[in-house]
Amino acid sequence: MKPFAYTRATDARGAVAAAGGGEATRFLAGGTNLVDLMKQGVEAPAHLVDITRLPLAGVEDTGDGGVRIGALARNSEVASHPLIRQRYPALSEALLAGASQQLRNMATVGGNLLQRTRCPYFTDVAFAECNKRAPGSGCAARAGWNRMHAILGASEACVATHPSDMAVALAALDAVVELLGADGARELPIDAFYRLPGRTPEMETELRPGELITAVRLPPLSFARRSRYVKVRDRASFSFALVSVAAALDLDAAATIRGARLALGGVAHKPWRVADAESALVGRRAEAGAYGDAADALLRGAEPLRDNAFKIELARRAVVRALTLVARS
Amino acid sequence: MPRDPYTEPMGARERAGSAAALAEQRPLLPDAPHVFVNGQAHALPRDPRVTLVDFLREQLGLTGAKVGCDHGQCGACTVLVNGRRIAACLSLAMTHEGDQITTVEGLVEPDGTLHPVQAAFLEQDALQCGFCTPGQVCAAVALLDEVAEGEPSIVTADRARVGPIELTDEEIRERMSGNLCRCGAYPNIVAAVRAAARETLR
Repeated sequence: MKPFAYTRATDARGAVAAAGGGEATRFLAGGTNLVDLMKQGVEAPAHLVDITRLPLAGVEDTGDGGVRIGALARNSEVASHPLIRQRYPALSEALLAGASQQLRNMATVGGNLLQRTRCPYFTDVAFAECNKRAPGSGCAARAGWNRMHAILGASEACVATHPSDMAVALAALDAVVELLGADGARELPIDAFYRLPGRTPEMETELRPGELITAVRLPPLSFARRSRYVKVRDRASFSFALVSVAAALDLDAAATIRGARLALGGVAHKPWRVADAESALVGRRAEAGAYGDAADALLRGAEPLRDNAFKIELARRAVVRALTLVARS
Repeated sequence: MPRDPYTEPMGARERAGSAAALAEQRPLLPDAPHVFVNGQAHALPRDPRVTLVDFLREQLGLTGAKVGCDHGQCGACTVLVNGRRIAACLSLAMTHEGDQITTVEGLVEPDGTLHPVQAAFLEQDALQCGFCTPGQVCAAVALLDEVAEGEPSIVTADRARVGPIELTDEEIRERMSGNLCRCGAYPNIVAAVRAAARETLR
């Protein structure tokens, strides 16, 4: 690990001031991804600002039916919090589907949003080519082993996927990311927070240098009580998603769909959500035919790489399964 | 040529690197930041790169927690921080000022009586080589608390219902999935956790 300066912040403003807008500064929270990447030489910050003691760990009722989750709330606490389990079950399920209990006890909500791709060509510095790690160096994954990689929204420069389960559920639930920077506070809907790789895959979010995530807000969504997260992976536990689906349905008494939320994970540089896929469900009866049409709309334009064509059919089936489970719940 | 511990990445096979980093520690000052390990206060390392597991093993000589993968994937370094299990290889020691750390060494009663989970691992022959065992034991101790607190897992049938959890074998397997055993002692590990649960969760 390269030497770095270490500062411990005691409040959010102090953390932002300590970071000073520096490109070479990283905030340290749970460390489950950052410390690992520092050991591997992928990240080598000159300055770490320890934010683990900031008072941003609460899960609170916003009073309008929504919930605000502090950026430093641990993944395990959020997953087992009664408000999340009852109002946003897909989020609890997504968190419990990710990592191991040891890591969920460490990992924070803010850190989970900012975790880096597990593309092996990104995490192994023995590979010279990685546009995300070394802009302009090329992409070893395009011609390499790309079974885990993107089928949607990828670019010539990068075919990496975002590894988070939590972010997929948050995307389906219209979460808003609250930020604090040197210029003050602002917020971004999660879909606008994340970027597609384009020609600059090293830029994964709209976060400005030195800007801190302070909270994630879940707006009220009454039918989110009927939401699920389905994850398909190589192992039964403790494994990243091949594909995953977060889904919610608003059904009337005759099982006609009044509203839907649908997001895919494991397929793109960010959680994948398509408005047409959700509107395709509205007014239809809750049954497999409608679910399949929604899946087709969600996967429109999918482009497989050498090793991951299976993801298109797998994602389609996972969408149908998730919606079927939601309708039954 | 020896590796420069300050500039080159430290690999799992190169533990000497962190020993060199620790040797650089200046003498401890009375007001130095402290952490509590198995109930005793210890000054934290001054080098912020030292991970919690390296600090425990190489500075305090508590070699129960192991460095297996050094990437948070195997669970051999599992210890309890304020009662919650974590992967000590991905945690910087410096971040633990004031925390209560419990390692496998701290589970034994002062009179030598084993923790019910340790006793169950012996009774059920839940190990072969033993390398992963301290991590397995610490994980299982935390698991029993989590179940007692009603924390759901991904295999818990009705997660919206807040209440007691039935600790089935499926639950044990899911909740222990952060701990690998290369000897494959899993059936007896599950049996040990099941037995310890009967002992403690009544």
